Amino acid sequence: MSQTAELKEREDKLQGMGTSLLRKEDAKFIRGQGSYIDDIKLPGMLFGAVVRSPYAHARIKGIDKAKALACPGVVAVLTADDLKPVNLHWMPTLGGDVQAVLADKKVCFQYQEVAMVLASDRYAAYDGAALVEVDYEELPAIVDPKKSMAPDAPIIREDIQDKKEVGHGPRTHPNHIFTWEAGDKAAADAAFKTAEITVREEMLNPRVHPCPLETCGCVASFDKPTGYLTVYMTSQAPHLVRTVLAMLSGIAESKIRVIGGDIGGGFGNKVPVYPGYVVAIVASIVTGVPIKWIESRIDNISTTGFARDYHGVGELAADKDGRIKGLRFSALADHGAFNSHVSATKFPAGLFSICTGSYAIPNAYARVDAVYTNKAPGGVAYRCSLRVTEAIYLIERMMDVLALKLGLDKAEIRRRNFVRSDQFPYTTSLGWTLDSGAYHPALEKVLKAVGYEGLRKEQAAKRADPKSPTLMGIGISTFTEIVGAGPTKVCDILGVGLFDSCEIRIHPTGGVIARLGTMSQGQGHATTYAQIIATELGLPAADIVVEEGDTDKSPYGAGTWGSRSTPVSGAATAMAARKIKDKAKKIAAHLLEVSEGDLEWEIDRFKVKGNPSQAKTMKEICMVAHTGNLPAGMEQGLNAVTYYDPPNLTFPFGAYLCVVDVDKFTGEVKVRRFYALDDCGTRINPMVIEGQIHGGLTEAFAVAMGQQIPFDENGNHLGNSLMDYFLPTAVETPKWETDHTVTLCPHHPLGAKGVAESPHVGGIPCFSNAVIDAFAHLGVTHMDMPHSAWRVWQQCNTLGVNKR
Amino acid sequence: MIPAGFDYHAPRSVADAVKLLGELGPEAKLLAGGHSLLPMMKLRFAEPGHLVDLGRIAELRGISEAGKEIRIGAMTTEHELLRSKLLAEKVPLLVEGAGWIADPQVRYKGTIGGDISHGDPANDQPALMLALEASFVLTGPKGERVVKADGYFLGLYSTQLAEDEILTQIRIPLPAPGSGWSYQKLKRKTGDFATAATAVMLQMKGKSVASVAIALTNAGPTVLKARDAEAYLKGKAIDDASLNEAARLAMKICQPTPDQRGDAEYKVAMCGEMTRRALQAAHARAKG
Ligand SMILES: Cc1cc2nc3c(=O)[nH]c(=O)nc-3n(C[C@H](O)[C@H](O)[C@H](O)COP(=O)(O)OP(=O)(O)OC[C@H]3O[C@@H](n4cnc5c(N)ncnc54)[C@H](O)[C@@H]3O)c2cc1C
Repeated sequence: MSQTAELKEREDKLQGMGTSLLRKEDAKFIRGQGSYIDDIKLPGMLFGAVVRSPYAHARIKGIDKAKALACPGVVAVLTADDLKPVNLHWMPTLGGDVQAVLADKKVCFQYQEVAMVLASDRYAAYDGAALVEVDYEELPAIVDPKKSMAPDAPIIREDIQDKKEVGHGPRTHPNHIFTWEAGDKAAADAAFKTAEITVREEMLNPRVHPCPLETCGCVASFDKPTGYLTVYMTSQAPHLVRTVLAMLSGIAESKIRVIGGDIGGGFGNKVPVYPGYVVAIVASIVTGVPIKWIESRIDNISTTGFARDYHGVGELAADKDGRIKGLRFSALADHGAFNSHVSATKFPAGLFSICTGSYAIPNAYARVDAVYTNKAPGGVAYRCSLRVTEAIYLIERMMDVLALKLGLDKAEIRRRNFVRSDQFPYTTSLGWTLDSGAYHPALEKVLKAVGYEGLRKEQAAKRADPKSPTLMGIGISTFTEIVGAGPTKVCDILGVGLFDSCEIRIHPTGGVIARLGTMSQGQGHATTYAQIIATELGLPAADIVVEEGDTDKSPYGAGTWGSRSTPVSGAATAMAARKIKDKAKKIAAHLLEVSEGDLEWEIDRFKVKGNPSQAKTMKEICMVAHTGNLPAGMEQGLNAVTYYDPPNLTFPFGAYLCVVDVDKFTGEVKVRRFYALDDCGTRINPMVIEGQIHGGLTEAFAVAMGQQIPFDENGNHLGNSLMDYFLPTAVETPKWETDHTVTLCPHHPLGAKGVAESPHVGGIPCFSNAVIDAFAHLGVTHMDMPHSAWRVWQQCNTLGVNKR
Repeated sequence: MIPAGFDYHAPRSVADAVKLLGELGPEAKLLAGGHSLLPMMKLRFAEPGHLVDLGRIAELRGISEAGKEIRIGAMTTEHELLRSKLLAEKVPLLVEGAGWIADPQVRYKGTIGGDISHGDPANDQPALMLALEASFVLTGPKGERVVKADGYFLGLYSTQLAEDEILTQIRIPLPAPGSGWSYQKLKRKTGDFATAATAVMLQMKGKSVASVAIALTNAGPTVLKARDAEAYLKGKAIDDASLNEAARLAMKICQPTPDQRGDAEYKVAMCGEMTRRALQAAHARAKG
């Protein structure tokens, strides 16, 4: 065998970084042998069914349990009054507020948790729940956040009515949560005063829900003799949950074990701590038997972690050539009845200040006002690291609005304002330091691939033809993401820094087990992390086992959300592997009787420079590390643990282009083409990345084209089952064309950035831009999502393009 | 999403099923494919004390030709309709229509008899039945009676079926040779009911309409027959002007319920659009 062939064979055997290794976790999933929360069955387990409020706002005048308690199989009915003695009827939220675990004297949103019925099985529990009689006195509800701060608005949260703040600065109204600002307002205002051109547009990111296939649930099991609490639960952040549970319950954190298990999708819906978990835990502590609680689909969509509900206003100021001089973005944020969304302490509006996007904008000011309404709490979720989708939607839409005003092409307006490749690292006027980027080449590559000029010509011809049954639209989105929270100096939740961790243990025969503080919900961690270790240590990925989610086994970490796994835990994995490699090198030098400086690394072994026959493979070293034949003073074993505190977030980016055809007579929008170029730095497993892009684009399509949680004026849900809530199937989903460039992250040990949220964040404005572009020649500057057939038809009808 | 308790019965013959219905009274509900009934039970909108499952009654299944008509057992699934060579050849409208119902999972279980009996104006079979001039065999303690589809559907969840009767068979007269057909349905996504849908059977004589049947799904409290549009088209050529007028007449009788699919204005407009497209497609297929 030639030498290069031999090297290639050794390299291929590792299946390390850069190879599209099939996902190691799929063997069980495709056989239907995953283990989800509802698969957990413990002896003596009771089932808990939640009694929920039919009203969005009402006083509870009484709860009669008698009929429910008489129902066969029912063991107990818990209400707020039952949780009061243990002081668990309220709980702190991850957003600095408190939330009712079970409604205490009043309900503040429809489907709010009022009681839990415990019964011997699920059927009996629901029979019992139907028999709990609650006497309500209905109150006027606030549904429109624009009415929350009216002087005579009904007060939603009487419990904190007199509080001057709820964790994030002064409040000006009982329904006000916080006001957050970034940037230099005076400088931005000045830029607008002197600008040649200004544009302004109001745009809504509607309330949507990530709707993971598996709903939320848990099995709580308190062992009275040992005082040990085990909770199997659908959590993307098991360690954070353990800490919250310790704070809540007073149980020593060492006696609490949270186990994530397999999770059927999270998308941010499974980060918060929900009332159902807490009641199940209390119930287990009280009864001494395990309690299972599982949400229905309607419960999930109606009550747990929704996303968005940002009512934005975008303003740009520019010169007549389209060079942006100033930006003012604001949003009214509808947080629902409790501020329970996940936010880093210093970022109550998440990372909204990334709203300058990929552009060099000298003066910028951003502001978010958050208010209470009579809707379910939440807001931060859905494949988006904390309000980035809202921010990028505004800037990417506003770029189109500006182009339209100036009569400039939508690609050209972007070219003129991009941060240039030679400007990185680039600090934005709102304070983020973009680590690396190459925006111009990415856009040009996409335009060339799709034949942009030809598409614009075709569009012009269609616009000139009144007989054309369709309108054609072309959307562009050139977004920059901000992921991988984050540096502990700026990022913490409840005081815990957002570092993450990896522990690697190597066994004598070269098998590896790695444990991490993150928690896969379908992202392919078992594969990606194994590939990092394979390349770093020269051991085959096939023999590397990755474990997450059991807090008794894994080192502490903040979990998986905000595309943070590869940027933070991926880095921790590389660093832990490098500690091991350093030790292995010392052992190799000892065995080969040379100094470390005489050794060089080659795929899976250390070789003596200039004498390649003298080498020790990593596999050999693994065994030796478990013998006495070690350098003087060295301990046995090849183990390491790293806690990685990232120096900065990572800033993946992309250029997307979408072509749509709108049926003038039905309003249906057909996506003819979607081309997505992503740059996430080093590509660890191209196939896994591709899968994430496909999933993210599909969810972007869902949000842009059909998803919304609608309410009537009394706060009643109008579409909270999958009959109305749009989850695209393979039939509706467009075909995705993907592409990439590689611009390394300068501060990540592998050069990698996060990727899974990019397609969602960048995809949504791309669809919107395409749909609105179809109407641009008719003077339309904006249309709110979702671009459902009905809503698009209304636009056609207003413009009269559907007349025969 | 957990139904209340109920007793389950699985008779092996129509006679036994009818007898059970009589014995159990109004507390009993017939169970066919379950894809309308079970969702309502899970939401506890329906809490029948007894379910009488028709699934084990062999005589209720199957598609055959008898003289000048096609006979379909009430328990025949939508999937079986889709796969039927006989229907594809003789009653292609039914095959096209069945393909628009729900999604494959629902079509494997859902039955033509259940779809008709549910009395939901959003269901697709009623409009197909009206367009095809079908009639229904109803079997009760006093024996069988045959009623026409036209006039069978009385209102929301209400038909001519008596409490002690079972719909056992659907009879469809063989359409005249050279008939054109089409079912045009606008829906938001796979597995959705119609925002609007129109079924058309069309016979041409030269360039003019010899006869036409037009039925509208989800356009009112029950399936609607667009009689004015039918009458207007008779003897006319199919062209832009006649299509516009037929669509306008069809829209005039619509009284759709606003929901997340659209408000009344949109649904009425879509009913016109589907009617227009169905007539066009049927015209393109008609020979004669
Ligand atoms: C997700 C989803 C999407 C759907 N989309 C569509 C759609 O697009 N178009 C459409 O037409 N339908 C749709 N449906 C409904 C589906 O087609 C049902 O299967 C059908 O409406 C009922 O047929 P079934 O056999 O399931 O009846 P069941 O649900 O078992 O029964 C329905 C009712 O009819 C009665 N019944 C059943 N059989 C008889 C009989 N032989 N004699 C007398 N009474 C009887 C039952 O007692 C019950 O009241 C959808 C259903 C679902 C779950």
